[in-house]
Amino acid sequence: MTSGRTLLDKLWAAHEIVLRDDGASLLWVDRHLVHEGSHHAFGKLADREIAVAEPDLTFAVVDHYAPTRHRERISNPQIRYMIETLRKNASKHHLKLFDLDDPRQGIVHVVGPEQGLTLPGLLINCGDSHTSTHGAFGALAFGIGATEVAHVLATQTIWQKKPAVMRIWIDGQLGPGVSAKDIALNWIAALGADGARGHAIEYGGSAIRNLTMEGRMTLCNLSIEGGARFGLIAPDRTTFDYLKGRPFAPTGSQWEAAVEAWTGLRTDDDARFDQEVRLNGSDIAPTVTWGTSPEQAIPVTAAIPDPKLLVNGKARSVEDALEYMKLPAGRPIEGTPIDQVFVGSCTNGRIEDLRVAAAVLAGRKAKVPGLVSPGSAQVKTQAEQEGLDKVFIDAGLEWASPGCSMCVGMNGDLVQPGKRCASSTNRNFRGRQGPGSLTHLMSPAMVAAAAVTGEITDVRPLLKGRLA
Amino acid sequence: MTFGWTQHEGHAIALPAHNVDTDQLIPSRFMSTPRDEGYGKFLLHDLRRDADGNEHKHFPLNRFRNASILVTGRNFGSGSSREAAVYALVDAGIRAVLAPSFGDIFSSNAINNGMLPAQISPEDHITLLSLLDDTSMLAQICLEKNHISIGDCSIAFELDPTWRTKLINGWDDIDLTMQHGEDIKNHKKNLEQSAPWALPAANRQRS
Ligand code: SF4
Repeated sequence: MTSGRTLLDKLWAAHEIVLRDDGASLLWVDRHLVHEGSHHAFGKLADREIAVAEPDLTFAVVDHYAPTRHRERISNPQIRYMIETLRKNASKHHLKLFDLDDPRQGIVHVVGPEQGLTLPGLLINCGDSHTSTHGAFGALAFGIGATEVAHVLATQTIWQKKPAVMRIWIDGQLGPGVSAKDIALNWIAALGADGARGHAIEYGGSAIRNLTMEGRMTLCNLSIEGGARFGLIAPDRTTFDYLKGRPFAPTGSQWEAAVEAWTGLRTDDDARFDQEVRLNGSDIAPTVTWGTSPEQAIPVTAAIPDPKLLVNGKARSVEDALEYMKLPAGRPIEGTPIDQVFVGSCTNGRIEDLRVAAAVLAGRKAKVPGLVSPGSAQVKTQAEQEGLDKVFIDAGLEWASPGCSMCVGMNGDLVQPGKRCASSTNRNFRGRQGPGSLTHLMSPAMVAAAAVTGEITDVRPLLKGRLA
Repeated sequence: MTFGWTQHEGHAIALPAHNVDTDQLIPSRFMSTPRDEGYGKFLLHDLRRDADGNEHKHFPLNRFRNASILVTGRNFGSGSSREAAVYALVDAGIRAVLAPSFGDIFSSNAINNGMLPAQISPEDHITLLSLLDDTSMLAQICLEKNHISIGDCSIAFELDPTWRTKLINGWDDIDLTMQHGEDIKNHKKNLEQSAPWALPAANRQRS
């Protein structure tokens, strides 16, 4: 008896053009998203004098270098050059570009779904590791390097070996103030930053079904921080409701046909997974990182690990991380003073993220400075319609334009050396937010709580009576 | 286009840290540099140098400048998909990295640039670290045998057979794929018939 097929099996089969003897598949790419960082790939194309094979399936966005202030006159020549280069390449190859002044501009992984470019059943590539985000829609989405980007541009296909599948099943209900970010930091802490290497992760269970699309995107986005190039969630009513009416989504009879096809995009009941992990959502507390890898995360109620209590192999990396982070071993993480906060990024820069941060901040003052950069121009507009911008500004935070901003600092939004930032982003790597920056990853609600008290704080008491 | 290779002899050094991510391999502020300027000087920039740009004398890569093989900790090359991390390694003369595990995207990028990401067992990793300790040693790598020898130590590494063939042949994927041009065209035609919803709607209407 053959066993059933997983969601990954179905998506893979639908895109496979050639299966080579050695197990590599040539896959059709439905959407290719490019940004300023794709300049190396365009350079390779220019060297060989080839054109983009399918300009209609390729979309360009300004995000990594997008200034979040005064974008009409970019003073930094390097930043101007990067954005100009993307403009030139987009125009040379006839690609649709969401430029700085476009009302659709934003971080590529926020814009794709928002515009309905991301759909269930598609294969989506982008030269960016957080492309796993789009898997929240039941799409086969994965990040690629520059050589692969050049290959997709030239052929609209990609060679890839089918990964194994790990299912992460989460039942139970998340407590108030606990979000998809906390689920992700939890499983990454449990399995390690390479725990899902070589795997696609399919998330399931009642806690996942109950997540909004924003929450599902946050979860799939962070799959790569646990080593998985792909995150997947089977599409359902929540997915279809989110997509209906989006500019690039199908309409009319095509919409009906699409929904029918999408409904079959789920793992068969008798399918087998290569690995299974189970978690209970009600056990998860707001979680923060203390170190320099996303796996170095603990519940906000816990103590910073003590290398003296650890076995050899681990002790060294804990020591190194604590030294870099300037943190004492063994002390509770709660109460750690911070210098600044950041809300934004492709992980937590969506409208729901801004709403929950604003719910914590409403009527309160931030004790430390901070920056709020919405994930896209649309998120910005919507937030302003809801009056969220006022909440942030009244609290003393800065309300800026959309882009990757302080997630990676390429646009100049940097955390200064030695400064400690409570951040809604995805990477606490050494120097990620700027040379010598000290990053603590947490949910946007937790970032807002840290702003209010000036230290790492359990958001739950601050949210009492404030959640809709 | 990279050139194929089957054997390499060079100096191996140890970089014991785990989770050396691509942000450390090349900090993002250097990534707008055109490739032909060379990326070697950016390799592990902020670990190798202090805030004023002076080199830390004790850092292995500063002590052993002719090293071409790195033995390092688990999850090497995790994080950002930036291929610039591999450019920095390759331009600094690194031909192979040995680690218990690698970031998946990093490994593909390495192969595409002719650099070997050799996966070794955690036990062999510990053996090699103590062997190399604070020095550099001559090592031989053979891709055909998936094998590396350093001093008296002889170790097998794991490498996906597809990747091994690619390293040996130095394939250019674009040329290879172009040979499947007909298949690709047919796939697209089928798609337009069977799943027209998969095409971007606003593009069809040329909004
Ligand atoms: S927000 Fe951060 S993680 Fe997301 S695409 Fe931009 S730089 Fe990458």
